[in-house]
Amino acid sequence: MHPAFSVIFLTTLLGAGQGLFLALYTGQLYALANLLPDQSNDFYIMGSFLSMVLLIAGLIASVFHLGRPERAWRAATQWRTSWLSREVVVLPAAMTLTFFYGLFHYLGWTQSLFTISDTLPVDATLVTGALGTLVSFLLFLCTAMIYASLRFVKAWHTPLTVANFLFLGMASGFMLAAALSAYMGTNLVAFYGTWAVVATTLGAISRGSSLYRNSKFRCKVDMQSAIGVHHSQLHQKAQGFMGGSFNTREYFHGKSDSFLLMIRYIFLLMVFVLPVLMILFAYLSESVRLPIAAFAIQYIGLVLERYYFFTEAKHPQNLYYQSMA
Amino acid sequence: MTQLALVIDLNVCVGCHACVTSCKEWNTSGWAGPMTDQRPYDEDPTGTFFNRVQTYEAGVFPDTETYHFPKSCLHCEDPPCVPVCPTGASYKREDNGVVLVDYDKCIGCKYCSWACPYGAREIDEKLRVMKKCTLCIDRITDTSLPESERKPACVLACPTSARLFGDIHDPNSNVSVAIREQGGYPLQPEWGTKPANHYLPRRKTRIQIHEDELVRADNPLKKEELPSLPDGGETLDDVAW
Ligand code: SF4
Ligand code: SF4
Repeated sequence: MHPAFSVIFLTTLLGAGQGLFLALYTGQLYALANLLPDQSNDFYIMGSFLSMVLLIAGLIASVFHLGRPERAWRAATQWRTSWLSREVVVLPAAMTLTFFYGLFHYLGWTQSLFTISDTLPVDATLVTGALGTLVSFLLFLCTAMIYASLRFVKAWHTPLTVANFLFLGMASGFMLAAALSAYMGTNLVAFYGTWAVVATTLGAISRGSSLYRNSKFRCKVDMQSAIGVHHSQLHQKAQGFMGGSFNTREYFHGKSDSFLLMIRYIFLLMVFVLPVLMILFAYLSESVRLPIAAFAIQYIGLVLERYYFFTEAKHPQNLYYQSMA
Repeated sequence: MTQLALVIDLNVCVGCHACVTSCKEWNTSGWAGPMTDQRPYDEDPTGTFFNRVQTYEAGVFPDTETYHFPKSCLHCEDPPCVPVCPTGASYKREDNGVVLVDYDKCIGCKYCSWACPYGAREIDEKLRVMKKCTLCIDRITDTSLPESERKPACVLACPTSARLFGDIHDPNSNVSVAIREQGGYPLQPEWGTKPANHYLPRRKTRIQIHEDELVRADNPLKKEELPSLPDGGETLDDVAW
């Protein structure tokens, strides 16, 4: 498939935004269980704000993918059958909950509303955060299923796609949380850094598996089945036009194998190896800048990863556009 | 239930592209708006088409066969392009099984084109909505036309009658009979999309001719047995009887 930059930015920005939200809430839960010192509201406010910015940026990126963005509201109507429509429904819900999560922290609504079994004080932020967490996971599912549900595109049609979107999104979100705590001088860098390394490792396992899987299989259909002529020597002589068409533009990446191999090595390095090393050094040297750089490098790596994700997909319609005489 | 479809005879198609041009002419002039082109008379022309004719060659020279292969939306009975559409712009008509796009609802997200394994959908770059073959829905449902003209433009244009049109759910329709009796097949059946359009395979037409059918064994004048004339001499035709 031809990599669409609007979608590449949409999925990576949303992933980082949702991941950051999950990171904030994880921190809050740990603090609630007295495993971490309580954080100031400022950290949550700043975090929710950043998460909001990323989600909105993702939404803006998605507009560039549409031919008719002015009708985009219609895309919420077919949630019964379409994962794309489900994403369109869930994304505003995630944004709303993130907004209120930040707002409640800003308003300081952290007095407990009621207490569960005398030990767990529940406040407004805890409830919104729980709902937001649920919706964030749902959003990861919807975004990934847009690709994983296309059964003709075998490179995407696997649960590994969902795992990749989830783990890689969480990795960049926790990385950003570590960067944010380093920037704000809170004492959570090690906590978020550890989680970011865990998510990155999980992502490395699932992405590695999908790379391995995709290097192995062959398409279920061939040219013989595509035109129904079962002759072993079958060659295309004309495509029905001399210039290009949507079919020759949308489904081909047009890049050489060596270029793609290079992209693959670069993204493996930038998503998995470098950020983990940098977090490690940041831990040892207590550097403020390294976690920020780790996030930035991993994000750029994820953009390349998503680019590669598109080029991995071989669409069966390409069987009809193999050659011209 | 009715399922309208085309049956395309690859044994007859000569690859003249009459269906392509008549399709474009009819559908670009209709109430649904034009099918736009980009740089039609310049370098690297491109544009929106519902139907294309491709050419394939089977075998190794000199033992080859040329296949002209018209390709358009197959109006799948279980169309994967329809449920993925987030807006409901893509739909399958209940009454006749034609798969259509509502150009007023489509947001041009291209998701349906990713979901079609046949590459039958093309985005219209200018109008920024998804387009595909409609089986000339505005012709075939127009009761003001005489019955014989309620057919897709490509079917009416085909000079060799390689394109048949009818209801594949009616076992006695021309298309059902053709599929049944001439080995009609669907494309990429592995996916279970159940394309309504079918293709008829190439067939060899051979007749058995025996020697005595060429030589008039009972010809009393034994014309065939006359010695052949030297070059420049009389031929059979020169001999007046
Ligand atoms: S051929 Fe493609 S566009 Fe047409 S109905 Fe089937 S899946 Fe949909
Ligand atoms: S391009 Fe149009 S018809 Fe296709 S899935 Fe998107 S909204 Fe539906």
